[in-house]
Amino acid sequence: MSFLAAYSDQPLAHPTPEPSAAERLWLALVALGLLALGVAALAPAGLRDTAFWLGLGLLSAGALGWSWRKFGGSRGVRHNFLWSRASTSRGAVAWAAGVALTGFYVVLYWWPAYLENLIRPLDGLSQLLRGRAADQWFLYGSFYTLAVLLMGGRALLKYRHSPYQRVRTASVMFFQLGLAWLLPGVLLALQQPEFYFTYFWPLKYDYLFPGGVQSLLQNGHLGAFMVGWGIIMSFVATPVLTYFFGKRWYCSWVCGCGGLAETAGDPYRHLSDKRREAWRYEVSIVYTVLGFIVVTTALLWLNAARGGALLGRFSDEFAQTYGFFIGSIFAGVVGVGFYPILGSRVWCRYGCPMAAYLGLLQKHFSRFRITTNGGQCISCGNCSNVCEMGIDVKQYAQRGEPIIRAACVGCGLCSTACPRGVLNLENGPREGRYQPSQLIHADSLRILS
Amino acid sequence: MHLVIIGNGIAGVTCAQTLRRLRPEARITLVSAESAHHFSRPALMYLYMGHLRWPDVKPFEDWYWPENRLELVHDQATGLDVAGKRVLLARHPPLAYDALLLATGARTRYYDWPGQHLQGVQGLVTKADVERMSQATQGVRQAVVVGGGLIGVELAEMLRARRLEVTMLVRDQHYWGSVLPPEEAALVDEQLRRHGVRVRYATELAEVLGDAAGRVRAVRTAADEELPCQWLGVATGVVPNLDLTAGTAIETDRGILVDELLQTSVPGIYAAGDCAQRRNPPPGEAAIEPLWYTGRMQGETVAHTIGGQPTPYRRGPWFNSAKFFDLEYQTYGQVPAGPVEGQSSFWWQHPSAPLGLRLHYRTGGEQALLGLNALGLRLRHEVCDAWLRAGAPLRTVLEQLGAANFDPEFFPQHEASIVAAYSRQHPDEPPLTLRRRKGLLARMLS
Ligand SMILES: Cc1cc2nc3c(=O)[nH]c(=O)nc-3n(C[C@H](O)[C@H](O)[C@H](O)COP(=O)(O)OP(=O)(O)OC[C@H]3O[C@@H](n4cnc5c(N)ncnc54)[C@H](O)[C@@H]3O)c2cc1C
Ligand code: SF4
Ligand code: SF4
Repeated sequence: MSFLAAYSDQPLAHPTPEPSAAERLWLALVALGLLALGVAALAPAGLRDTAFWLGLGLLSAGALGWSWRKFGGSRGVRHNFLWSRASTSRGAVAWAAGVALTGFYVVLYWWPAYLENLIRPLDGLSQLLRGRAADQWFLYGSFYTLAVLLMGGRALLKYRHSPYQRVRTASVMFFQLGLAWLLPGVLLALQQPEFYFTYFWPLKYDYLFPGGVQSLLQNGHLGAFMVGWGIIMSFVATPVLTYFFGKRWYCSWVCGCGGLAETAGDPYRHLSDKRREAWRYEVSIVYTVLGFIVVTTALLWLNAARGGALLGRFSDEFAQTYGFFIGSIFAGVVGVGFYPILGSRVWCRYGCPMAAYLGLLQKHFSRFRITTNGGQCISCGNCSNVCEMGIDVKQYAQRGEPIIRAACVGCGLCSTACPRGVLNLENGPREGRYQPSQLIHADSLRILS
Repeated sequence: MHLVIIGNGIAGVTCAQTLRRLRPEARITLVSAESAHHFSRPALMYLYMGHLRWPDVKPFEDWYWPENRLELVHDQATGLDVAGKRVLLARHPPLAYDALLLATGARTRYYDWPGQHLQGVQGLVTKADVERMSQATQGVRQAVVVGGGLIGVELAEMLRARRLEVTMLVRDQHYWGSVLPPEEAALVDEQLRRHGVRVRYATELAEVLGDAAGRVRAVRTAADEELPCQWLGVATGVVPNLDLTAGTAIETDRGILVDELLQTSVPGIYAAGDCAQRRNPPPGEAAIEPLWYTGRMQGETVAHTIGGQPTPYRRGPWFNSAKFFDLEYQTYGQVPAGPVEGQSSFWWQHPSAPLGLRLHYRTGGEQALLGLNALGLRLRHEVCDAWLRAGAPLRTVLEQLGAANFDPEFFPQHEASIVAAYSRQHPDEPPLTLRRRKGLLARMLS
C-alpha cells in the first residue's frame, strides 16, 4: 500500500484555528455567489440573468476580499496549516471541490444542454466580443479567464514580496485575458478563424496537421500568417527561447493551462507526488504522448502527400479520438477537476506533449538551471513541497547540485519558499551547467533511476 | 569492515554516505532511537506549523537506505563494550564493530531553574519534543520563551502561527547579543514586534511557577516580575549527549573530546556533530559547533579517516543562515557582535525596507575582508567564500559586490546605493566604481 501512504499521512498541526470574522464574511460572499450561480443554472428565464451576474459579482468580490484579508498582512510565504486544513490537504472540502469541478467538466463535454441557463446570460458579452451568440465553449473560456484573473489577484497578493512572482503572475493573466480570450473572440467577430496565438504544435497538434493547415490556408493572408506563426513558434521560437530562458518562458509565463495552474491551482501545488515512483510514471507517459503526436503528424503528412492512399479518413478519426481522451479526459477532467486531490499540474506533468518537447530542450539545449547556493541547504523540504511538478528539489539542493530537470516549469516557487535563500533560477553559460558546488561534496549515490 | 554509527542525524548519515562512496564493500549500520529514518532537525518547526508532514522532512525516501546498503537499527544504544568492540542495544543483540562513530547529537540545556520539571515546560530538539509541544500548546493562551537565539525565534514563530500570546525573555540588551551587532539585532527586533511577539530584553528567568495539577502557570523573572503562561519554551542552547560514554575510557569534557581527525581518546572510536568537542580548535573557532552544516562537514571528514584516508577537520570560512519570521539572514566569515581592536565594520541599511549588509574588515593595510552579514539579501556562497579565503581587500569587494548578489531575477539591486553609502562615509578615499552587476545575469549573453 505504498501508494496510499503518501495520501494518508497526517500532519502534526491540528486543530486549525478558526478563520476570523472578516475572513468568514468574505467566504460567505463566495458561497452566496456560488448559490446564485446555482439558482441561475436552474431558475426560470426571468430570474436567470440577474442571478447569474449577481453570482459572478459576489464570487469575484468574495474571492478578492478574502485574499486581501488573508494575504494582505505580513509579506512572505506563509504556509501555516497547509497540510492540516481540509481544503488544502485532501480533506472533505477538497474532495467536494474536486467532485464539483469534475462534474462541471463532465456536463460541459457531454451534456452541455444542461448549461443552457449559464450560457444564455453571456449572449450579450459574446455578441459584443465575437459578434455571435454564446455557446458552451464561450462559457468555459470566460469562466476559465475569470478564474485566472481572480486567483491571479490572490497570487499577486500572496507573493507580492517577490518581484519574480509578481511579474510572472501578471504575465499569465495578460496572456490568458488578451491572447486566449479577447483575441480569438475578435478574430471570430471579423469572420476569421478562432486562432490561439499562444498555443502551438504539439500541444495544439491540429494546427500543423494537414487538415488544420488546409483549413487555415483558406483564410487568405491572415490564414497563411497563422500557419507560418505556428511553424515558427513550434520549430524556431520554442528552441531559441528555451535555449535562453528554459521552458519557463512558456509553461509558467504564457501558457493558459500553466496560467490556471499557477493561479487557481496555487492552493494545491504542494499536492503533487514527489516520490520516485511518480517520476517513473511521468517519464513513461509524457514522452509516449509526445512520440505519438510526432509520429501521427508525420504519418498524416505522408498520407496527404500520397493523396490519402495511406490512411484514408484516419485523420479525422484520430483528431476525434485523441481529442476526446487527451483533450477532454486528461487535460480537463483529470487535469483540472482533480486539482484539489492530485495537485495543479497533473496534465502538464504526465500528459502535455508541449511540456515534454520543451523539457527535452531544457534538459539538453538550454542555458537555464536552478543554482543552489553553496552549502546553505538544511534539507528542510520546503522547496520540494511547493514544487507543483513533483520534483524533489531538495535532493539536488542538499548535494549542492544545480537543478536541471526536464519537468521544471520555472515557476520559481522553490526559490521563493526556501527559508535559507538557497535556490536561484538563472540563465548562464552552458559550460559547467551541471557543476555542483565545491562547498559541499555531493555524494555519488543515485536518486533517480 | 563494519562501521557502526550511533545517531542518524546529519553527521552520522553524511559519514555513512561518504564511506559508502569511498568503500563500496564496507558494512555500515546506523543506530538511532529517535526515528527509524533520518530527518531534518531544522525542519521540525514546519511540522508544527502544518507547512510539512513527516515524510516531507525526511531528506531521503525510505528506499534509499536498503538500495545503498545502509543498515538501519531503530533502537537505543544502552552501553559500549569498548574492550570487546561491541555496542549494547536495548531491544537487539549487541552489535560488533570495527570502527564506531558517536554522532549522538545534543539535547536541550536547562539551567536548573526551580520548577523546570513542571508540565508544559520543554525545549525543542527532538521529534518527540515537537509532538509534545503540539499537544501541550493546544488550548494554551499565553506562552513564554526563554532564550534569545535561533531556536527562540523559531519557537516564537511557531507559537504565533497558532495565535498564542508570546513573550520572549532575552538575557542580553538586544536580540542574540553574543552574535549579532546591534543594527542587525534591531532589524530582527522589528520582525518580532511586527509579528506580535513581546520581547523582554535584559531579563532572566528565575523560577517556573506551577499550579496544583503540576502544570506551569507563570514564570518569575530575576527582576521578580511574574508573567502568567501555560507553556514555557526553553531555548537557552543545547548540551552534547554524553550518556553512552559514561563509565568508558572515552574522555569527555562538555562534549566528547576529539582530536583533529575527530578521533576520541579510544582508537577506532570517533565522534562528530553536535556531540563532539575539539580539543584544540584553531583560533577563532569554537570547540563545539552545534550546526547542521558543521555536522555535515564533520561527518564527511571523519568518513575519510575511517575509510583509510586520515583527514583533519578543516571546515574553511564559517557560514550560517537563518530566517527570523520573514527576514532572511546569512553570514559568512567572522563578524563579531561588538567592536574589536584592529577591525572595522561598514554597515548599510535600506532607508525603508528591512534590508541590511555588513562588511567586516581588518583596519589598515589592504583592509582584508573578514566577514559579511546579510539581512533580507541573498549572497552567493561561493563568491563570499573565495573573498574570505583570499582575504580580498574591502574596496575590491565593494566594487565587485554584484558578483555576490544571489537575489532572484527582477529583485531591485542595491549595490549602487551600498557603494554610494560607503563613499559618503569615507569621503577622503578615492572614488569606487561598481564593476560587476549581478552574477550570472550579467553574463546572460556571454
Ligand atoms: C529546532 C532546531 C532548529 C535548528 N535549525 C538549524 C538551522 O537552521 N541551521 C543549522 O545549521 N542548524 C540548525 N539546528 C542544529 C542542527 O539541527 C544540529 O546541529 C544537527 O542536527 C546536529 O546533527 P547531529 O548529527 O550531530 O545530531 P542529531 O541530529 O541530534 O542526531 C543524533 C541522533 O542520535 C540519537 N542518539 C543519541 N544517543 C543515542 C543512543 N544512545 N542510542 C541511539 N540513538 C541515540 C538521537 O536520538 C538523535 O536522533 C537546529 C536545531 C534545532 C533543534
Ligand atoms: S533548498 Fe531551501 S527549501 Fe529546499 S531543502 Fe534546502 S533549505 Fe530547504
Ligand atoms: S523546481 Fe522550482 S521552479 Fe521548477 S517547477 Fe519546481 S518549484 Fe517551480
